[in-house]
Amino acid sequence: MLSAGFILLLSAAYLGLLFAVARFGDARADAGKSIISANVYALSLAVYCTSWTFYGSVGRATSGGLSFLTIYIGPTLMLMFVGVIVKMIRISKAQRITSIADFIASRYGKSQLLAGLVTVIAVVGVVPYIALQLKAVAASLEVLLDHSGSSFVLPMLDSTFVIAALLAVFTILFGTRHLDATERHEGMVAAIAFESVVKLVAFLAVGLFVTYGMFGGFSDLFRQAAAAPELARLLQLDSSRAGTWTALILLSALAIIFLPRQFQIIVVENVDESHLRRAVWLFPLYLVLINIFVLPLALGGLLHFQGQDFNPDTFVLTLPLSRGAEVLALLVFIGGLSAATGMVIVETIALSTMVCNDLVMPWLLRSQWLGVGERKDLSGILLGIRRAAIVVILLLGYIYFRAAGEAYALVGIGLISFAAVAQFAPAMFGGMYWKQGTHAGAVAGLLGGFAVWLYTLLLPSFAKSGWIDNGFVEQGLWGVEALKAQALFGLSGLDEISHSLWWSLLANIGLYVLFSLNTRPDALEAGQAERFVDVFRHGVRESDARLWRGTASVEELVGLLERFLGPVRTRQQLAAFAAAHGANDWKVLPADAEFVRFAEAQLSGAIGSASARVMVASVAREENLGLEEVLDILDEATQVRAYSRRLEIKSQELEAATTGLREANERLRELDRMKDDFISTVTHELRTPLTSIRAFSEMLHEDPEIDLADRTRFLGIIVNEAERLTRLINQILDMAKLESGRAEWATEEVDIGEVARETMASLGQLFRDRGVALESEIPPLGPVVLADRDRLTQVMINLLSNAVKFVPGATGLVNVRVTANGREVRVEVEDNGPGLTAEESLVIFEKFRQGGNTMTDKPQGTGLGLPISRQIVEYFGGNLWVESRPGAGAKFIFTVPLPALEK
Amino acid sequence: MKRANPVRQRLAALSLLGIPLLTYPLLSLPNGNWDGIPAVFLYLFGVWTMLIVLAASVAERWGK
Repeated sequence: MLSAGFILLLSAAYLGLLFAVARFGDARADAGKSIISANVYALSLAVYCTSWTFYGSVGRATSGGLSFLTIYIGPTLMLMFVGVIVKMIRISKAQRITSIADFIASRYGKSQLLAGLVTVIAVVGVVPYIALQLKAVAASLEVLLDHSGSSFVLPMLDSTFVIAALLAVFTILFGTRHLDATERHEGMVAAIAFESVVKLVAFLAVGLFVTYGMFGGFSDLFRQAAAAPELARLLQLDSSRAGTWTALILLSALAIIFLPRQFQIIVVENVDESHLRRAVWLFPLYLVLINIFVLPLALGGLLHFQGQDFNPDTFVLTLPLSRGAEVLALLVFIGGLSAATGMVIVETIALSTMVCNDLVMPWLLRSQWLGVGERKDLSGILLGIRRAAIVVILLLGYIYFRAAGEAYALVGIGLISFAAVAQFAPAMFGGMYWKQGTHAGAVAGLLGGFAVWLYTLLLPSFAKSGWIDNGFVEQGLWGVEALKAQALFGLSGLDEISHSLWWSLLANIGLYVLFSLNTRPDALEAGQAERFVDVFRHGVRESDARLWRGTASVEELVGLLERFLGPVRTRQQLAAFAAAHGANDWKVLPADAEFVRFAEAQLSGAIGSASARVMVASVAREENLGLEEVLDILDEATQVRAYSRRLEIKSQELEAATTGLREANERLRELDRMKDDFISTVTHELRTPLTSIRAFSEMLHEDPEIDLADRTRFLGIIVNEAERLTRLINQILDMAKLESGRAEWATEEVDIGEVARETMASLGQLFRDRGVALESEIPPLGPVVLADRDRLTQVMINLLSNAVKFVPGATGLVNVRVTANGREVRVEVEDNGPGLTAEESLVIFEKFRQGGNTMTDKPQGTGLGLPISRQIVEYFGGNLWVESRPGAGAKFIFTVPLPALEK
Repeated sequence: MKRANPVRQRLAALSLLGIPLLTYPLLSLPNGNWDGIPAVFLYLFGVWTMLIVLAASVAERWGK
């Protein structure tokens, strides 16, 4: 069943399936219906798990126990610093950054030197890692073929070479379909996410098979291992390697964001920042799942093949094969192929972008060799360079694989690669959070760190493979003991990875900081530093336009774009840009700073920021802004932002104040109107009794003949009206005193029941005169409150006289009820009068607003009684209100709080 | 000034919690085994999973 042809066919079919997934993803992206969801994004991050994870973890576990877990714990912890990752994404989108080399170069003044340096480090560090993937596929193929006893179909062709070639074609097909300003490959991301699922399923399948099929589960497996003396140590952590543990966590935490493929997937391929919220836990969960069975598989393999000569790196294949589970072995093989192809595809795409933009382009642009200066359309060449770079990188990987073979150089290369890309950390973090970090610092740090890495890690690995003399490792360079490559300055007791990591990071950070503090950035760099560090504040790029001054022509810039992007894409981008600026046609746009910025951004996407800057400078005559001027502009922009923010707050406050004023004004107008009403009412009220007093007085004065009876009656009216006048004036004065707070209050213990009874007695005659029944429910010893007796009496009189005024004669009924609960006394005066509407229930408590229609009826009171009563009750901490419905009588209620009981 | 994003801060805090929990010297605490399974194996995967569950509960509330 496991013939070579079948395996090759299966592999080809699997790659075909991947390609279909990728095409589907690309088609959907072109149609504007992206399939990159949060889950797809999170799964695509699992490109981190290469065949080094798939096959190598088990191998590592057979020698180091649980220490392989550090490689996955580090990324978990790093990803949770979401702020760092969001910042990288935000900067990259704003600056059109398409690779980690571009990121560093762009930050430190769009430097071609830095871009090239980062690219070289990345290529040197990662190509062996690609070789490792090829080796893994070759080794797994070999295991399968060994098992079936067949051999490769075409003996003169090396199977690994075929795989490398297939991968190259595959990568070219959907990695460089077209030049994109954003350099995003949605189809590729979809395929990678798919592969992630495949390798996880395959690994879990073999894990379950071995743990539960070949052994009796976790407990059984661990018990058997604990019984074997040489395996027992794998079950415990070795605390003497605590330093290594921490170093590996740090190393893998840096690798998860700085490996070129991880930067590509996490930053460049990110379509939506909010996808991170899924990735931050789903990807770590993926890592947990793919690691659960690693140790059981390692132990299972060691137990099963005890005494035999087997490669622990291929346990995942040999274990199922030893039980004849060929289908499972094939699934595992496909899983491993997934892990390898995913890594190779993304890594070569990321590296080819870097090689093309940061190594080849600068050289091409400078040399006249290809006539780049005159060529019309360069987009074809650009694609060609990328494709060539992919082929060359894979070829390099293949050559390295051939050369290294089974040598040590391949086995340890995963971590060696990690240590290489860790050198980007100071320049990256410094660039994102430290404005003072300079170009010179970044170059010095990278060179220093890279050199130490080379000397302490890569070259010793070559030496161990026997490629170069190992004297510098054993005796130290030139025999100097302190220069021993893996015990630099006598630092020993560490494993080689931690040793190299600490020394290289020390050199890197030290040089970066030292040079940064002692150099001054130029204008361009200072501007970029500002944009990177303050990316969250530079939401609107208002100062950008002012940071470019010079002359350019639209035609020349568009010509430039067409040469690198091709005419079709250029027109699309121009149309979008014009539309965003409210113009119908890009031809009418001015060649201003903004247009230049747009052109440079588009070019950056295609050829990297450093080259883009050189190209734009070649057609636009830019005036040099001095550093001081740039800093001034940036400073000013910051100040303007601060001012405008303050202005915004002020104007909000002003608006609030205006609203308040308007309301106050309304209220004043209302009060003014009420005052006018008040005066006219008062005048009217005063005039009525005055008029009648005057009329009757004149009658008495002019006609001495009036008989005694009439005279007495007239005098009675005069006395009554005078009394009413006095009452009115008293109430007006009273009101004025209450309102101005100058009223005098006595506070004594008052029995409210008694007050009510007395008031009822004193008004009894009034009720009898009108034939109104007056009833009461008052406790014999009424509740006692602290208040002013006369004032309370005033309130009672007011409520009772109001009631008697409004109830109909003969059938009228007024009921007074006094009750008390624990907190307050409640006094109700209920009548069966005409009642009040809801609106009236409110207005009667306003001054001079009386019940009934004041326009037609003769006013029956002063209109001050209720407002005064309410003021009095409220003074004592109570309330006065009315409950009423038209036609159902009215119930006036007031409450006075009981004094707190003293104990 | 705009206040820093609370979700990002919570996640960063989780990570800062995870660093001491998943490194030495705390890592040397779990000893022995439970039903044959080494305590340190259970501890590592347990703490790791707990961090992920907490991160999920924080992150999925992002922006809601």
